[in-house]
Amino acid sequence: MRQTIAALAAGTLFGLGLTLSRMVDPAKVLGFLDIAGNWDPSLALVLAGATSTAAIGFRLILGRRSAPLFAEAFSLPTARAIDRRLVIGAAIFGVGWGLVGLCPGPALAGLGLAFRPVAIFVIAMLVGMAAFELMGRVRPPAGAPASPAPGAGR
Amino acid sequence: MENFTPVSAFFGGVLIGLSVVVLLLTNGRIAGVSGVVGGLLASKVRDAGWRLAFILGLIAAPLLYAAVAGGVPPIAVTSSTGLLIAAGLLVGFGARLGSGCTSGHGVAGIARLSPRSFVATGVFLTAGMATVFVTRHVMGG
Repeated sequence: MRQTIAALAAGTLFGLGLTLSRMVDPAKVLGFLDIAGNWDPSLALVLAGATSTAAIGFRLILGRRSAPLFAEAFSLPTARAIDRRLVIGAAIFGVGWGLVGLCPGPALAGLGLAFRPVAIFVIAMLVGMAAFELMGRVRPPAGAPASPAPGAGR
Repeated sequence: MENFTPVSAFFGGVLIGLSVVVLLLTNGRIAGVSGVVGGLLASKVRDAGWRLAFILGLIAAPLLYAAVAGGVPPIAVTSSTGLLIAAGLLVGFGARLGSGCTSGHGVAGIARLSPRSFVATGVFLTAGMATVFVTRHVMGG
């Protein structure tokens, strides 16, 4: 329950930040990506504010605590390799982002502001994510077992 | 550059950074939106509660902002339905294949000084800029 309330607060803060910074508006995002046009550098300032705040917070939290408040352990990414998957995935994501100006956070936050077009994008995005999950089951990443042993828990 | 809004952009970014800090401090999780959503589509979902709560907050926030501030400027989504579908498929699939999006790599990963996130962010910014260049200036859309 505490985890759920904390996540609700975090999601709300995230959405308020996207609204205040206007990153919920795809036109604003495309204005940043359009370096050859009437360039709007706002998105760089959003990233600067977000990464500097998060960097200070991470340093304080991970330097002083061995576990989070409401969970047994920190769940941090462990992958280190800069592989084809990372680069190709980021490139595919970037092309889709540039086509419309929406990425997952602003798309969800935008549902309440322009429901019909944003919902079409969100449904397609969920289908794209589900397709990735299905592909992972058919062709697991290198090093992973082809299928989990019966009864093997995670 | 008359559209440049540095102050609201920076402080909006600070709120996004605080969100990332809150989720790490309380739940020990990285607030990457594609990861939070994608986790709901995995074969075994054991932690749907906090994921759905995060998404609910994200969707409700602009409406909350509008209620307090007395409104939110309208957003402009001018793309055709076909383009919205194509872009959504690419964004969803690409974010999962590349293990993150603008929030997970661009904010949380860069804040952790993760080399993977620096590479991913550089690649998707370049791909996004190249796409806009082609659609707006080469094809003249």
